Amino acid sequence: MTAVASPQDTGIRIRTEVKTQETSAGTGQSAISIENVSLSYGDNQALHDISMEIGERQVTAFIGPSGCGKSTLLRCLNRMNDLIDDVTVTGRITVRGQDIYSPATDVIEVRRRVGMVFQKSNPFPKSIYENVVYGLRIAGISDKKVLDEACERSLRGAALWDEVKDRLDESGLGLSGGQMQRLCIARAIAVEPEIILMDEPCSALDPIATLKIEELIYSLKERYTIVIVTHNLQQAARVSDRTAFFWLGRLVEYDQTPDMFTRPKDKLTEDYITGRFG
Amino acid sequence: MKLPLSVRRGDPMVWFTGSALGTCLLLIAGLIVIVLTNGLGFFWPSALVELTLKDGSKWLGEQIRRQPIPNPGSPDHLREHRVQLKLGNRDLLGYDFKWIDEKEIASRREPADAFYVERREYGPLLGAPVLLKDGERVLAEGDAVWAALQPLVAKAEHDRAAIEQIEKHEIGEINYRIEQQRLALKRIEYREKQDGVKREAERSAVAAAVAAQEERFRGKQQELDRLLATAATTYVTFRAADGTEKELSTLDIYRIYPANQLGLGGRLAVYAGRIWEFVSADPRESNTEGGIFPAIFGTVMMVIIMSLMAVPFGVLAALYLREYAKQGPLVRIVRIAVNNLAGVPSIVFGVFGLGFFVYFVGGGIDRMFFPEALPTPTYGTGGILWASLTLALLTVPVVIVASEEALAAVPRSMREASIATGATKFQTILHVVLPAAAPGILTGLILAMARGAGEVAPLMITGVVKLAPELPLDGFFPFFHPDRKFMHLGFHIYDVGFQSPNVEAAMPMVYTTTIFLLLIIVALNLTAIVVRNRLRRKYQTSAF
Ligand SMILES: Nc1ncnc2c1ncn2[C@@H]1O[C@H](COP(=O)(O)OP(=O)(O)OP(=O)(O)O)[C@@H](O)[C@H]1O
Ligand SMILES: [Mg+2]
Repeated sequence: MTAVASPQDTGIRIRTEVKTQETSAGTGQSAISIENVSLSYGDNQALHDISMEIGERQVTAFIGPSGCGKSTLLRCLNRMNDLIDDVTVTGRITVRGQDIYSPATDVIEVRRRVGMVFQKSNPFPKSIYENVVYGLRIAGISDKKVLDEACERSLRGAALWDEVKDRLDESGLGLSGGQMQRLCIARAIAVEPEIILMDEPCSALDPIATLKIEELIYSLKERYTIVIVTHNLQQAARVSDRTAFFWLGRLVEYDQTPDMFTRPKDKLTEDYITGRFG
Repeated sequence: MKLPLSVRRGDPMVWFTGSALGTCLLLIAGLIVIVLTNGLGFFWPSALVELTLKDGSKWLGEQIRRQPIPNPGSPDHLREHRVQLKLGNRDLLGYDFKWIDEKEIASRREPADAFYVERREYGPLLGAPVLLKDGERVLAEGDAVWAALQPLVAKAEHDRAAIEQIEKHEIGEINYRIEQQRLALKRIEYREKQDGVKREAERSAVAAAVAAQEERFRGKQQELDRLLATAATTYVTFRAADGTEKELSTLDIYRIYPANQLGLGGRLAVYAGRIWEFVSADPRESNTEGGIFPAIFGTVMMVIIMSLMAVPFGVLAALYLREYAKQGPLVRIVRIAVNNLAGVPSIVFGVFGLGFFVYFVGGGIDRMFFPEALPTPTYGTGGILWASLTLALLTVPVVIVASEEALAAVPRSMREASIATGATKFQTILHVVLPAAAPGILTGLILAMARGAGEVAPLMITGVVKLAPELPLDGFFPFFHPDRKFMHLGFHIYDVGFQSPNVEAAMPMVYTTTIFLLLIIVALNLTAIVVRNRLRRKYQTSAF
């Protein structure tokens, strides 16, 4: 991989570990640490030397203009980029101390620990019940009692239980858009991950459904570390503890959310959150 | 110059494309109408007419056609008409169809005592029953014969079933056992030749078994003789239109009806009876009479075996191409090759099937497992398995192409959802991708069946025969005999239509067999379509 110096380099100061350590909130521990990660799709470098710590049981928001690499970085955290041919990743990502890119790592294990919810809700064409317990069945669990319990717990966790408890056998595709997205969240938490990645989980939803998901994120924070990509700055401000701003594949600023939105340190960040571009 | 509005609007293109579609539909509709009218009319018991010609001769028969007589150049070209009579009575006349010019007809009537008799050989007999005898004793004469004959015809059907039970099933079973023992003996001889050890005990066991079966055979033979003696004592004499008489054992009468006395109900009953016989009975008289059951059975069975082979292989190949292979020039070349394979003439596959499956694989199996029967081949000759495999090979490209498209259509988001929950690629394919692609794969199966069920050429050299004595599925262990030859509707059409000595009699059979071939293909396809639609409803992907 060739690290091409882009012409924008001059204007950007890259804030790294030093800053994140001093602003660490919550438990103060870091769940994920990203060290000097660069990524290219073929010859096209999408991430440039990113380093950051993601706090345990916190909501971390990734913001930035379209194409700046938010999804790419997010997908590095559970190795979803493995599915794409011709991707090169350098640097180190550790989840609770375990290097997830080392050859000894079991990628299935990583994805179990780091769940993911996608922008477009993608339930399987199966019943609601089967959707939720999919990850458990895949892991070889077939005890009906365990599955039933996991199903109820996950659906409650995703604030969907009361709406669907009487129709668990119906197709997951018969739900509303917001319900489907919560079903996907239930599916993700059914395997009891430590971290949940969300890539614009509300972008296809109406304001009421969005609000529900946001409340859900707030309550999930008690048990899970959450990383959320969003284009909605208000949403980032509402749900996240810390916010990272990306620009052209670089991490420009990473700070406590209130600080970021009231006193951005970087000119680019300020321009972005005040809506001057992006 | 300004074009007229309709042209600028594009109307000519609409007419042009529309008429192309219309022509196609018309041709297809025409084909179906011709097949249906010719085929379905064949079973209808129409009236028997007696024509007295000006020279005094009399002809009784079913009028099956009337057409203008071509006589180019002369003024009466296409003015005069002629009719074709189906006379039956091939044994008396030497022919059973006759064209008669209408101008030679002196009179025409529909005699009430004209009967249509379907019998075991020589095609139908047309005439009036005049005498019924039991041995030498006269049972009935003249008009009384019909009433007395009816219970005897019913009894004949019963007797024939009993005789067939003994001849075909019971004696057939004994023959089968004796054949097994013969092979056992050959196996013993073969082993003795190999190691020089005499196996007297085994030989005597085989001999005892053969003796026991032969004893059973004699018993059955006596039973059969007794049955024949009681069943075949009554004879009925018919008088044909020209006055010749013919005596017929009642046992040989399959169906008899007074063609000019039947009401609509009676005709419908005969019609239904004939169709049922056609579907359920074995062929007689070198396939020009009787039914086509073995051919229907063979066709369906072959298509099923073919599908069981082609679909798994096709789907696995498509999975590799689409899910595992690294997309590149090599995969593209393979894909193009597969597409082209679908267009290779079927006889080429037939030749390959003969060379590879029959001679190489079948011959190899014979040398390995049935050396005692050689040089008589067991698997090293055409059979339903090899024919089905050849067809599977022929249709597998269709399945691959359709499956690949179905796999490609499974949304990426669904695979990602599965992978992100910790599923392996294999689990994702098994639990998410394949179910979602199942309707598309079934489309491939439908296309494959449509192509495979109608193929004849490759079958002719890999195992189809004009008359198979046994079905490939029967009551003898191991029940399914993949080495047996079989009958097939497509080949039956060819055989009856073009290899039959009696073209006029065979022609309607071609149409009726065609109807059933079409029906079977439609039925198989409909089944697959129903399954597909059910799956589609179950796995339809989200619209959101
Ligand atoms: N599968 C891929 N193959 C090649 N290039 C890709 C691929 N996915 C993303 N990219 C490129 O990587 C860069 C970052 O894309 P990414 O999807 O991470 O942006 P993003 O910040 O998530 O944008 P958005 O807000 O629009 O979702 C873009 O320039 C994009 O063109
Ligand atoms: Mg994105």
